[in-house]
Amino acid sequence: MSGREAILGKVRKSLGGGPNDAARMVAVEARLAKAPKGVIPERGQLDEKARRKLFVAMAERVSATVRQVKSYDDVPKAVAEYLRSRNLPAAIRVGADKRLAKMPWATQKALSIKHGASDGDDEAGVSHAFGAIAESGTLALTSGGDNPTTINFLPEHHIVVLDAKDVAGDMETVLAKVRRQFGKGEMPRTLNFITGPSRSGDIEQKLLLGAHGPRALHIIMVGG
Amino acid sequence: MEITSPRFKQNAREALADPQLQKAMGNVRSGFIDKRQAAVEALPEFDALRDNARAIKDHALSNLDLYLEAYEAKVRAAGGFVHWAETAEDARTVILDICRAAGARTVTKGKSMITEEIGLNEFFEKNGVKPVETDLGEYIIQLRGEHPSHIIAPAVHLNKEQVEADFRRVHDHLPASRDLSEPEALLGEARRVLRAAYFDADVGITGANFLVAETGSSIIVTNEGNGDLTQILPKVHIVLASLEKIVPTLEDAAQILRVLARSATGQDMSVYTTVSTGPRRLDDPDGPEEYHVVLLDNGRSSMLGTEFQDMLRCIRCGACMNHCPVYHEIGGHAYGWVYPGPMGAVLTPALIGVDKAGHLPNASTFCGRCEAVCPMRIPLPKMMRHWREREFERGLNPATARGGLKLWAFFAKRPWLYRLTTSMAIPVLSLFGGRKGRFRFLPLAGGWTRHRDLPAPESRTFMQQWRGREALKQETGGKQGAAR
Ligand code: SF4
Repeated sequence: MSGREAILGKVRKSLGGGPNDAARMVAVEARLAKAPKGVIPERGQLDEKARRKLFVAMAERVSATVRQVKSYDDVPKAVAEYLRSRNLPAAIRVGADKRLAKMPWATQKALSIKHGASDGDDEAGVSHAFGAIAESGTLALTSGGDNPTTINFLPEHHIVVLDAKDVAGDMETVLAKVRRQFGKGEMPRTLNFITGPSRSGDIEQKLLLGAHGPRALHIIMVGG
Repeated sequence: MEITSPRFKQNAREALADPQLQKAMGNVRSGFIDKRQAAVEALPEFDALRDNARAIKDHALSNLDLYLEAYEAKVRAAGGFVHWAETAEDARTVILDICRAAGARTVTKGKSMITEEIGLNEFFEKNGVKPVETDLGEYIIQLRGEHPSHIIAPAVHLNKEQVEADFRRVHDHLPASRDLSEPEALLGEARRVLRAAYFDADVGITGANFLVAETGSSIIVTNEGNGDLTQILPKVHIVLASLEKIVPTLEDAAQILRVLARSATGQDMSVYTTVSTGPRRLDDPDGPEEYHVVLLDNGRSSMLGTEFQDMLRCIRCGACMNHCPVYHEIGGHAYGWVYPGPMGAVLTPALIGVDKAGHLPNASTFCGRCEAVCPMRIPLPKMMRHWREREFERGLNPATARGGLKLWAFFAKRPWLYRLTTSMAIPVLSLFGGRKGRFRFLPLAGGWTRHRDLPAPESRTFMQQWRGREALKQETGGKQGAAR
């Protein structure tokens, strides 16, 4: 612990230490408790329909593809069609998410489904999003057995099922939902915000898709 | 890494004469500026967000001790470990200990400037651990035995032909006849090679863009997804972060994220913003079994409460170097250590000592663009001047800079003469004397008057002033005593 005491001591000394500590503590505790929101851009502050439309436009701008379907029952077919359209094998990796499990996968007889974390050999993985942000075209995903984080990064194609009801205007709304679901100050091991497929501009500043993560991000938005 | 900052002027001269570098730097001059501008214009609240981002960091820095304690408690509650490292050496030691305990032979690394700051790769190699950089740019420069020349685009000083030659040299198990002429092919090859490395690694090391006191989370921001593979596949995840990365809450991070990607690459959001908290949970089928955070001080605590405290707001977006005419000309390596450009000119003397880095604060034209674009509103030119004053007080600065600074003080009281002094106070500018036409943002050019400190005197061209430099130096030599 000596490093700890030394560093905290130096910090306190540099900050002028001591007398106002009680006041500082109150300010810090209040901020941690209240988590004030700050400036929320107008862009995403729209009614439900316009918000979903903005989400689709923003996601497409960052090179994601979006397919809208009416109900969860339509998802397996949409997945199979996506795989066919990209000349991919009819195989996917999924976690234990109940919303995904309930869907009529049996209608897609050719489709083979592997369960659990990705081992790096999957061409395509399917996840269910925790939420989405219209302002920036961003998906939010949480780790766990339902949607293992490896599925977000290892497959070449990441297919994300999103309930249109979960499209929020801004990141702050998604963070509030994380708090409601996991408890104030508590977090899943990983919360991923994903905005388009993986890319790199490291060679001559030329932007290329498919760096280490998925080459393609396909969003299937249900309802709305 | 070897510090070559004391040779700054020599480095700069060599950079100016390096045709490969000059070609590559064209990509900086043309790439980043327009993209940032477009993204900023598309968000009317951008400046309000900057103000709030600055306020958040100022608040966090003023209460840093308390937020660090709160953060540590949350990390532990989530099952993680926090290690406090006063110095680079302390950080290297604790990281090596964690790696040894995990029996690590190979360590993958996400992009982290702090690991550069502590010289982690060299240290690993000396101690029998193989570090593998996974960010494409970092991977390329690791193959070349180089260091990053830009904080977000580490290989920006290279052209694709150079990368191709390196891949052919190092990936010699692949057929020599393969076509690597396009960046797509180079990226594909790096992706395949590195995929294997992620699975082989026993430990993954990332930096952090933010540490969140409210939740004990670390946040990384990447476009490639390499940082995520680095942290979810190995048994152990180590986060190395400096003290000032702390923000109070997730909402505070969300505010700063909005200015970060726009300032860096002109994106609204980087592709992957990942919030990590502790090791894998009972029902997690993936993720690391151990989660360690190494909190590095290495000089930051001494910047608090000084005129350099504002620098601790820096979020490492790179905008200041992307807009810096000096950086455009000489690239990042000339600065001689980890942090280049205007932010490096301020931070480097604080971290390695003004005796070694005293030239860097002179590498400025005072055009003010760095401060104008800095999302955290860091007064970079003012801080460079602070360094010059300190350097002057200690009598540490090299002869030309000392002469320049004396002139600065002398002419500061005589604004009508001020214009003549700019070229004197800034010896590096004289290096470009023969390169007329390359300066888009010279002092005295359009935007400068908005940001400089003294009123602009009547017009004379820069070149005229420059030519008159030697004569002026002699004229004022006898009055220098007054400037102290
Ligand atoms: S000083 Fe400002 S512009 Fe430069 S890297 Fe830091 S935050 Fe970005």
